[in-house]
Amino acid sequence: MAAEESYPDDLKYHPEHDWARIDGDEATFGITWYAQDQLGEVVFFEPPEVGATVTKDETYAEVESVKAVSDVIAPLSGEVIEVNEAIGDSPEKINEDPYGEGWLVRVKLSDPSEVDALLDADSYRDLLAQG
Amino acid sequence: MSELRRTPLYDEHVAAGARLVPFAGWEMPVQYEGVIAEHLAVREACGVFDVSHMGQIETEGPGALGLLQRLLSNDVARIAVGGAQYAVLCREDGGILDDLFTYRLAEDRYLTVTNAANHARDLAWFREHADGFDCEVRDALDAWAMLAVQGPDARRIVSGLAAGELPARLRTAPLEVAGIDCLVCGTGYTGEDGVEILCPPARAAELWRALLEAGAKPAGLGARDTLRLEACFHLYGNDMDASRNPVEAGLGWCCKEETGFIGAEAVARARAEGTAEVLVPFALTERGVPRQGNPVLGPDGEPAGVVTSGTHSPCLERGVGMAYVARALAEPGTEITIDVRGKHRAARVESRPLYAKKGG
Repeated sequence: MAAEESYPDDLKYHPEHDWARIDGDEATFGITWYAQDQLGEVVFFEPPEVGATVTKDETYAEVESVKAVSDVIAPLSGEVIEVNEAIGDSPEKINEDPYGEGWLVRVKLSDPSEVDALLDADSYRDLLAQG
Repeated sequence: MSELRRTPLYDEHVAAGARLVPFAGWEMPVQYEGVIAEHLAVREACGVFDVSHMGQIETEGPGALGLLQRLLSNDVARIAVGGAQYAVLCREDGGILDDLFTYRLAEDRYLTVTNAANHARDLAWFREHADGFDCEVRDALDAWAMLAVQGPDARRIVSGLAAGELPARLRTAPLEVAGIDCLVCGTGYTGEDGVEILCPPARAAELWRALLEAGAKPAGLGARDTLRLEACFHLYGNDMDASRNPVEAGLGWCCKEETGFIGAEAVARARAEGTAEVLVPFALTERGVPRQGNPVLGPDGEPAGVVTSGTHSPCLERGVGMAYVARALAEPGTEITIDVRGKHRAARVESRPLYAKKGG
């Protein structure tokens, strides 16, 4: 079952519809409710390798629905320290629980000050409202 | 870009929560609840698709059979009144212009269903070749809305609304459905049992609502594509076009060269000589989703063809598709590699269909 639309207040958002949960100099990344809704039922997630470098505003993974493949954009820069292996077998978790079990990677941030450039939940909702 | 056309069911789609996309000049529902849910509804129960974007050409008169025999690849003389037949429309060089179902409505009256993207070209082709045949070629696109009701429960659901017995598979009959004068056809594009119903556009919404009320679930073009691909039905523009002949497309079975149709000589030659490539279904043996245009590689990594349709199969739960491959690789069981945006995915050539409906 698809999740209800929501944008938790404790997350930071990238305008390309990605979220980051900041924890000191580490962060967890995922895609927003809006992103998974646009994509439709996710059938495949191609994660980066642990140890890979990700760069803010650049593609670090691919997520695919039945109809389309979509690049996933890194909200922040750093090094991948963990990937969510469970969604290899159950990519539908990205639809069912985009901010929980549907998380994609954990990253050691190379420049935590980049967080200042991200949107808070209210600003992200405003962005969506503008279409 | 010109204005997108809307089918008579546009408001119904919006009401059902459809996501609408441009398709062949039409604004069409790609999905409602979700592609996979709609796909499974058709495999397990009943789905209804709005296919009113598809065109119709009516050919009527004493010369109608002669004209259609010249245009269509199959033996049109073998269609009984109330029958249906699949064929391709070819150029002189055998290049495929469209694939079509033709229904024989009366002794001298035929209805041919066209693909939306090809309708205008098909109609022009019909008219261009009609000289010397005593018949009238009419554009019937605006005369009909078309709903495909498909799935193991489809016949039961439509029967419950119909004033008489439904036509059998590959048969057609005028029939009152939900109080509306329709043309019901035992055809479809999903690999499931079911019917396609043509009705007057002004009554289409009424029919749609009656079908939903009776238990059919709205299904969009997304599910239509995954269903037809599991069943290995061709999609014009993907799996064949004017650069491919019916033999390499695996459609030699619907070509009867002895009828002398346009392209018959080229088809006979391709059949006799064999073609360099042939269209085959395949399934990935690892994770991933093949897509149209992905290169196919042979056992030594050599270029060996191209994917023409690819998706994630909701029933098989793996990446599947169709590809033109070198003839040497066409045997089911052959290991091939699909280059999915630079990543090499292991795959195997399969036999048709990739998915067969339950109970045969």
